[in-house]
Amino acid sequence: MKPNKFDYLRAHSAAEALDALAQCGADARIMAGGQSLMAVLNMRLAQPSVLVDISRAADLNYIRVNADHVAVGAATTQGELEWWPALADHLPLLKQVIPFISHFQVRNKGTVCGSVAHADPSAELPLALSLLGGQVVLRTRKKRRVLSAADFFQGMLMTARAADELLEEVRFPLAGAAQRVAFTEFSARHGDFAMASVGALREGGRLRLAVGGVADRPVVKQWDALPRQDWDDALNDFAWSLQAQDDPHASAAFRRHLVRRLGRRILEQVSE
Amino acid sequence: MKTYSKDSEHPIRLTLNGAPRSGYCEPRTLLSDFLRAELGATGTHVGCEHGVCGACTVQIDGVAVRACMTLAMQVEDRQVMTVEGLAASQDEMSDLQQAFRRHHALQCGFCTAGILMSCHDYLRRNPDPTETEVREMLSGHLCRCTGYTNMVNAVLETAALRRQHAG
Repeated sequence: MKPNKFDYLRAHSAAEALDALAQCGADARIMAGGQSLMAVLNMRLAQPSVLVDISRAADLNYIRVNADHVAVGAATTQGELEWWPALADHLPLLKQVIPFISHFQVRNKGTVCGSVAHADPSAELPLALSLLGGQVVLRTRKKRRVLSAADFFQGMLMTARAADELLEEVRFPLAGAAQRVAFTEFSARHGDFAMASVGALREGGRLRLAVGGVADRPVVKQWDALPRQDWDDALNDFAWSLQAQDDPHASAAFRRHLVRRLGRRILEQVSE
Repeated sequence: MKTYSKDSEHPIRLTLNGAPRSGYCEPRTLLSDFLRAELGATGTHVGCEHGVCGACTVQIDGVAVRACMTLAMQVEDRQVMTVEGLAASQDEMSDLQQAFRRHHALQCGFCTAGILMSCHDYLRRNPDPTETEVREMLSGHLCRCTGYTNMVNAVLETAALRRQHAG
């Protein structure tokens, strides 16, 4: 369980990381916290020839409150966001979500952007970003583009990021005063990958529900109005629409069951 | 920006448990292996090598992280603390270590080094944790002997004693 050999570049700024990506392209992998990538390297599921470490890029380590969103830089750890004093006020959904991400010791090093870039379908942060309708910022040496979460996630471990692009920042929309949010997931043990995770956001009558761990990416559904007597039918239709697959962890039928049961529970939570 | 070639060993300088140390490593060398094999700091144990078991947990700049999910290159110029750095001297255990002993919070002890490093960081951030919070923090570690309850008791008692001494 040791990584194969790779050249190591320590980027002290975003510009240095972008230069490295421009030179090495698809041979290079960016590592920020490495809490997904190191496991993959140790198991030799990935064998990049160059590793670009951005964990010391000071200009990528920030949490900024802007007019309508909180911007989190590529070197910012999940732990830094977790212990950010303003988290509950600005991003109440993430306050609920972060404790479900792996464990304290992993969040201390794993980054917010890294989890989004990794795009594991059962990961919590891609689901939270999708549910909130957030954005990712992709940057090369020459240009910067901003994509919605919906356009960024393209399948299991697949995103719209090009080989020479750095996921520079993710943007979580600020919570509105009238907003209610809830999140829960089901896994074999706390901190394990979720067999299904469900988040909900209510603003007045408008309801958004996001499901992770079932389809090949987080899936969001929105209703402009959904009376309580229609919840079970709506959840059942949503569960079947996700094309759940059997795998060694859970059957497709069990995953649909989880979507219906967890969905019902968090709809109650945002509707109390 | 310097490229550290995959085929050579590179010098690394760090502070380990308060003392300046240095050694050589390849870019792919894990911090857990560097600590044990190059620096001889064998208090840090290696279990799963993919971030699940928590045995190799150390602190980098005071933050508890997995040494097996960290490259040795990443601790250049950093402060690393391992279980060897917890006690003030060779013959005196820290309050946390003493509580683990009192509560029989370890049996074979393989997982203990990592667990102590997590608890040490966590109690600094949260001096008055609930039992649930302690269990959540400990969920990042696997122990096949104790069933965890005695560790929870040891951590809660340490927190209470520290608050008592502070207050």
